[in-house]
Amino acid sequence: MATTSISLRRKDGAFTAVVLFLPPALLLFTIFVVLPIGEAAWYSGFNWNGFGSPTRWVGWLNYLSVFDTRAFHIALRNNGLIIVISLLIQLPLALTLAILLADRFRGAVMLRMLFFLPYVLAEVATGLIFSFVYDGDYGLVAAIWKLFGAEGPHLLASADTSMLAILIVVIWKYFGFHMMLFIAALQGLDRNLIEAARIDGASRAQVLRYVVIPLLYPAIRLSVFFAIVGSLQLFDLVMPLTRGGPADSSQTMVSFLYTHGVMRMRVGYGSAIGVILFVICATFAFTYKRWVMRDE
Amino acid sequence: MAWKKWAFAGVALAWSVAAATAQTTVKWLHIEVNPNQVKLWEEVARAYEASHPGVKVEMSFLENEAYKAKAPTLLQSKDKPHIIYSWAGGVLQSQVEAGVIEDITDQAKGFTDTLAPAAVDAFKVNGRLYGVPMNLSQVGFMYNKELFAKAGVDATKIKTWDDLLAAVKQIKAAGVTPIVVGGADKWPLHFYWTLMAVRLGGKDGIAQAMKGENGGFESETYVKAGELYKQLVDLQPFQNGFLGFKNPQAVGAFGDGKGAMILAISSFYHTQKALAADKVGISDDKIGWFEFPTVPGAKGDPTDTLGGINGWLITKGAPKEALDFVKALVSKDVQTKQAAANFIIPVVKGAEDGITTPFMKNIAGNIARSKYHQNFYDQALGPNVGRVINDASAEIAGGSMTPKQAAKAVNDAWKTGN
Repeated sequence: MATTSISLRRKDGAFTAVVLFLPPALLLFTIFVVLPIGEAAWYSGFNWNGFGSPTRWVGWLNYLSVFDTRAFHIALRNNGLIIVISLLIQLPLALTLAILLADRFRGAVMLRMLFFLPYVLAEVATGLIFSFVYDGDYGLVAAIWKLFGAEGPHLLASADTSMLAILIVVIWKYFGFHMMLFIAALQGLDRNLIEAARIDGASRAQVLRYVVIPLLYPAIRLSVFFAIVGSLQLFDLVMPLTRGGPADSSQTMVSFLYTHGVMRMRVGYGSAIGVILFVICATFAFTYKRWVMRDE
Repeated sequence: MAWKKWAFAGVALAWSVAAATAQTTVKWLHIEVNPNQVKLWEEVARAYEASHPGVKVEMSFLENEAYKAKAPTLLQSKDKPHIIYSWAGGVLQSQVEAGVIEDITDQAKGFTDTLAPAAVDAFKVNGRLYGVPMNLSQVGFMYNKELFAKAGVDATKIKTWDDLLAAVKQIKAAGVTPIVVGGADKWPLHFYWTLMAVRLGGKDGIAQAMKGENGGFESETYVKAGELYKQLVDLQPFQNGFLGFKNPQAVGAFGDGKGAMILAISSFYHTQKALAADKVGISDDKIGWFEFPTVPGAKGDPTDTLGGINGWLITKGAPKEALDFVKALVSKDVQTKQAAANFIIPVVKGAEDGITTPFMKNIAGNIARSKYHQNFYDQALGPNVGRVINDASAEIAGGSMTPKQAAKAVNDAWKTGN
């Protein structure tokens, strides 16, 4: 008897809490998330330039013309490329550095700060700085090339190299963030497990392979999640560097939305891109949560 | 005690009147990068404030590309500026259709008689006036006389497209970059294609294309214009990495003497000085101008011009002082000063007498002689098609589109509408 009444009371408390605390959050979520998404879905059926109210209903035409646009396929491919590079280069790099810097030794904190610094910098500022670094006449890259007697390359001006240039900045900017995630996870590890493994005669490499990294899986899964979502949202680095050019070669989904939707005052078309991006992001987030991060 | 009451009321009244008048703020958004021009405008604004107590003129600035991108949102916000910059054309038309621009036909009556009729007409939509023009400009080749001399090229002999191609080859052989261009901004490249279309098709060319006749923008005129433009591109006449240069960088590079010519808006004559690394640029005696070459058998008249018609729009709901101030801004006095400083080709009749340099006198003469002054294509065709034609021009230059594909892209966009 006693136990049921206690659990009942707890349920009552939970219900009160839900009634009290859910509405503000739900209201904000509805106004700022659900409504805009619904609005975008509505606009995406119109041929509309953003002035006045939409009147020319075109049905699926905006979606069809998005799928028909070359820039859309490039943007999709570039987003994929960013994800692949993030997973294959950025995360291993961040993990290695984290393992090296998680221990306390002289200069560790300073090195951590140094690697974390790029992440603190605003995206637009980073883009502008790198547009100077990449400048083929006066930039750092050109200066290095000139040391070897070659003419400086204009990385941002060629459709073949513009995306490469952006990828380098992406790695440079975000590896510090992932490194910090890993360091935090490493410092939260149970030292006893590592010690026990050492006492059992495991080598350093074995401890790393069979104890530390498996214990880091939750952090790694989180890091992968951030890397993928971040790459899908990448925009503010691209704009100051290339604006998606030349010839749309460095478009990402969001810069494609901006240059082909917003800048051309094609609100319906832009909304269609937005909805497609939303579907991609939501599908990914839910499946990832469901299948990969289900234990957390 | 009564006197106290009256005094109080009087003070309150005076205070409220002062508050009411001081509240009139005219918000003016411009895109001018030339500091001397801005200084002159500031003086005009301060003088206007002095002669109109209670009115405050607030200037704000947005960079060209940023302004174009922000305008639709800005114009529909509550905090919109009262006076905005405009290139007329299709963008103006969609703004008018959206009902965000004030019809000033009646208020500007009489005033517009003082202005060049062609410039005023550009700001009319369906017979109603929606803006006040401020200046005209022309697109043509600006060149560096020293570098031309070094390569042994006589600019005055460049009359046909083949002459230009030959000159480019000769300049390149002399180890000089023939042309600088701000390819990242794309519109500097669209001048090549569209000015060639002006030469080939004349006034009827664009009129027919807009009506969808003869294949619209896929007509012989536009494909041929693209192919001729491609001939130039194939000579690799532009500076290294030209697709990564924004226009101000390119104009600055021309001012630094890094290239022999630039397909320029006449106002670059002035901006090259401000944008050059040394802030001095190329001096007046070393800078030259020649017209965009013609092609044998072209339908257009060699005197036809392509250029900008710029001016000011009054947004819906702006205080009446806004138009009043624009009238003061586009007065003969101010325009003569602007002309005398060689900032602009003025639109106020008689103000062109103020122009002092032979360079700007020549431009003013060209525009006066021209029977067909085509507004910039990316403005005339509206925001969407305008961007497409810019993109396509940059793609021809980058080799990722053939002239035929580019013409098709523009025509498809035109059929979809803005």
